[in-house]
Amino acid sequence: MAAETTQDQTNPTDAPDAGQVRTGREGLVGLENEPGVAKPDPIVVATGIMRQFGGLKAVDVDHLEIQRGVITALIGPNGAGKTTFFNLLTGFDTPDSGDRTFNGRSLKRMSASRIARMGMVRTFQLTKVLSKLTVLENMRLGATGQIGERFWAGVLPFLWRGQEAANTERARDLLARFKLDAKEGDFAGSLSGGQRKLLEMARALMVEPELVMLDEPMAGVNPALKQSLLGHVKSLREDGMTVLFVEHDMDMVRDISDWVVVMAAGRVIAEGPPDSIMSDQRVIDAYLGAHHDTDITQLDAEAVMAEAEAELREEEQS
Amino acid sequence: MDLLTIPLHDAFAPLAVSFVLAAMGLNIHYGYTGLLNFGQAAFAAVGAYAMGVAIASFDVPFIPAVILGVLFSVLLALLMGIPTLRLRADYLAIVTIAVAEVLRLFFTTTNKDYFHARDGVSGFTSGFRNANPYSEGMLGFSRNDLWVMTVGWLLVAFFCLLTWLLVRSPWGRVLKSIREDEDAVRSLGKNVYYYKLQALILGGVIGAFGGFVGALGLASVQPDSYNLDFTFIAFTMLILGGAARVLSPVVGAVLFWGLLSFLQTLLSKLIGEWGVIPDSILNSEQIGNVRFMVVGLSLMLLMIYRPQGIFGDKKELAIDGR
Amino acid sequence: MVKSRPLAVLAALLVAVLTLGIAVGASPARADDEDESERTLTAQLEDSASGNTPVEGVEITVTTSDGDEFTGTTDADGLVEIVFTSPAGTPVTVSLDEDTLPEGAQLRPGTKTELTVSSTLSTISVDFAIGPDNRDVETKLDRIPGAIYNGLLFGLVMAMAALGLSMIFGTTGLTNFAHGELVTLGAVCTYLLNVAAGIPFLLAVPMTVVVALGFGWLQNRILWAPLRHRGTGLIAMMIVTIGLQFLMRNFFAYITGSRTELYDDFTSPTGKDFAGLFTYTGRDLAVAAVSIAVLTVVLLALSYTRLGRATRAVADNPALAASSGINVDRVISIVWVVGTALAALAGAFLAFQLGITYQIGQLVLLLLFAAVTVGGLGSVWGALIGSLIIGVLIELSTLVIPTDLKNAGALALLIVILLVRPQGILGRRERIG
Repeated sequence: MAAETTQDQTNPTDAPDAGQVRTGREGLVGLENEPGVAKPDPIVVATGIMRQFGGLKAVDVDHLEIQRGVITALIGPNGAGKTTFFNLLTGFDTPDSGDRTFNGRSLKRMSASRIARMGMVRTFQLTKVLSKLTVLENMRLGATGQIGERFWAGVLPFLWRGQEAANTERARDLLARFKLDAKEGDFAGSLSGGQRKLLEMARALMVEPELVMLDEPMAGVNPALKQSLLGHVKSLREDGMTVLFVEHDMDMVRDISDWVVVMAAGRVIAEGPPDSIMSDQRVIDAYLGAHHDTDITQLDAEAVMAEAEAELREEEQS
Repeated sequence: MDLLTIPLHDAFAPLAVSFVLAAMGLNIHYGYTGLLNFGQAAFAAVGAYAMGVAIASFDVPFIPAVILGVLFSVLLALLMGIPTLRLRADYLAIVTIAVAEVLRLFFTTTNKDYFHARDGVSGFTSGFRNANPYSEGMLGFSRNDLWVMTVGWLLVAFFCLLTWLLVRSPWGRVLKSIREDEDAVRSLGKNVYYYKLQALILGGVIGAFGGFVGALGLASVQPDSYNLDFTFIAFTMLILGGAARVLSPVVGAVLFWGLLSFLQTLLSKLIGEWGVIPDSILNSEQIGNVRFMVVGLSLMLLMIYRPQGIFGDKKELAIDGR
Repeated sequence: MVKSRPLAVLAALLVAVLTLGIAVGASPARADDEDESERTLTAQLEDSASGNTPVEGVEITVTTSDGDEFTGTTDADGLVEIVFTSPAGTPVTVSLDEDTLPEGAQLRPGTKTELTVSSTLSTISVDFAIGPDNRDVETKLDRIPGAIYNGLLFGLVMAMAALGLSMIFGTTGLTNFAHGELVTLGAVCTYLLNVAAGIPFLLAVPMTVVVALGFGWLQNRILWAPLRHRGTGLIAMMIVTIGLQFLMRNFFAYITGSRTELYDDFTSPTGKDFAGLFTYTGRDLAVAAVSIAVLTVVLLALSYTRLGRATRAVADNPALAASSGINVDRVISIVWVVGTALAALAGAFLAFQLGITYQIGQLVLLLLFAAVTVGGLGSVWGALIGSLIIGVLIELSTLVIPTDLKNAGALALLIVILLVRPQGILGRRERIG
């Protein structure tokens, strides 16, 4: 609800002559492959974002704009600062300096939850499904503006039953779309890695976001599920949402993204459409600098394997 | 025979009710939200002192005095929660344990005209006792005790119902989710900090009611009733019953309080009447220490071997240990 | 196998501690009760309002640690002499009954009607000031150097315990709520060796450190290491530390009872004046020197030895440390051993200021938490700096708030720090969230 109103309010002011602005994918045509290039209809604008850990500059982004209504991929070698940048955009970490705007509103001093309510919802590299809640309860948790989540109303079920039923219906629709409907009564902890990714994505949609941020949606997902996940990501764009995702899987990047942003050593070194960006000298240098004599695609396979193994280890420990 | 009757008696007495309520508050904190409050005694103390001093020194009527006690416990929750609830779980634990100790020092050493140091506050029960419908005592309880117990157990029932309703509501769903993974909840647009603060306040207020019942039962409020022992006994009771179940603190508290009373009776008999244990190993002063050593050991062993409590099923372990 | 381990270890731990306690501690402590000595208290009351005239007919009461009371009244010279018996080595309370003061005579503002005397001399003299203060008035300003001196001394000793707490947190992530009891362990163990077994203090302290080294190893071996290997969560482990704290504290209470004991040696050193600023004693200097030496050795070892660097690597990133060939388990074991010994050594020294009581741990725990949080949880230098700050702060705070409440100052600082800079002075932002 809140997100929609913001959109309604900001769009006209941002673009008084909306007919002239090249929205969505159209807006990306003919843009220069330069880092920080201005987009005709940006949903997110980051300026001068810096974050240091100890003496190390993890993220140092001068300027970056994300076009509304398209799928943007964020790639880069390991340790490039992609996830940190993600955390900074979504309020899970605060930059030492610089600011970012969402729909023209500054996100300075805004909490992660507030940013999520504004319509910028993320998933996590290591999925954060709530394993001791059922799949359906996980989904219900995602709904915003719940009356029953207020303390006093919580005690009086008749106040929130109706809304809960409506949320449940929406949740079931989404679960059906993500083919998780058969599992709605199971504990989320019993799902496979890929199913968790799907659940997390479906749960994020319960928030009714404008911008969905996916942190490595393919990591640890078995190949059979990958195609359907790709389809789901694409369908988000068809539904009018903007998608920003971090990924190591170059096939996925090539397959579904409209625009690719490349980070290395904390900086955005290049951006552009997927077909031309892979051959950009700066991108090749960045990857070669990180891993000598490795072909990009091969490197990605290794990275994915490593990530998957790391995740497996993590799951074993838990 | 005393070995059975005394513990049974004690397990339902006013003091036990006060621990039941304290443990129920901790259940909201730790059981449902994952907050580590090691200073539940502070909530009980602040509630009891506010009520006691308001009546004894300022002639406030009983009900407004209770409301005052509740307000003070809310203030205390804000004082401890605001600086810590954005941080790691340890910080709340550190601050609560510290505040509880400092408050005890404060009640012991300052404002002696109102707090009366170690002697404590007394002379605040008449308003409550005048409403006593019982004309005589029974089952070994005095008529005052019976009245305190009636009100106390009704409070327990009320808070059980409240907890039951809350944990089944979307509000409770948010709490349980916070316990499992704060960041996930945050990413869905919920203000985690705000919910944690609400949980801290609710559990603290229930703890304050524990303070009221204890104070009315003893007819006095003494600083040493609210030392760390109070909190840790309540914690052990909660873990024994199995956290994150509505009735577990009740069952755990009655059982554990009965057990402690049994141990007290048994040890007194062993060194006194029966003379089995010589005075050089255990004298009557040391019985308390031995009982509390058992509390500490029980808490450790429960947490290591049965974190889900005696009735819990490990598979659907409600509390994630990590 | 794995399951039965922690229980076995616990049992062993308990037995070890119990044997130590019962064998050396319990009986002699009680034997002291019979070992009562006859002592004398003298006091002379003069009223400075009327040119130091004697004050007659004032009732003075001596209360021994057993609760026995002995009362006397001042004579025409303002003198009173009370003969009393009390258990050796325990403090007595001397109180003046204000109602018996003659018309016109008033206690000097700030003079307490009750004094606790821990002197073990056979004749004790006390003073209750009556009338206005005509001497060279000691202002609050004059007390500042003394407060800073005492605070630094206290902070130095406490830093040893704080260092252990911080190292354990750094390497394992565990906040050890039983750390205060390790401090008590040092005090009680030294007391048992010194007073019950009659071993000179200078020998008892190293023996205590050895006992603590063993206890540190044992508790890691039977409790923490098995729990870590089972993958027990940190919150659960924190609750276990609370249980252990409770167990140990009540065990110490079982040994010492509610009494506050003193060592046989070095209980009343002679004070020397330093440039008119504060009073110091040889004992203070020795304690400070040992503390500084120990802290220096530990800090140097952390910076320059292989093991020290390994410890810092584990604190930084355990997974990375493990994959680079560091034996993380061994490092953590050594941290427990060293941390326990440091805490016990601090306890042996702190007992001079606090007396030997089972309540040391609870009191010190609060200050330790304040110190490591202010300095930065997990930072070794932070633990040192935080301890000194807290030590000085609580002593200075006695200039404005009642001495009984001085620890509240530490708590207030703790809360302020959490509000403005939760990572502490030297901590890192990443650790707190």
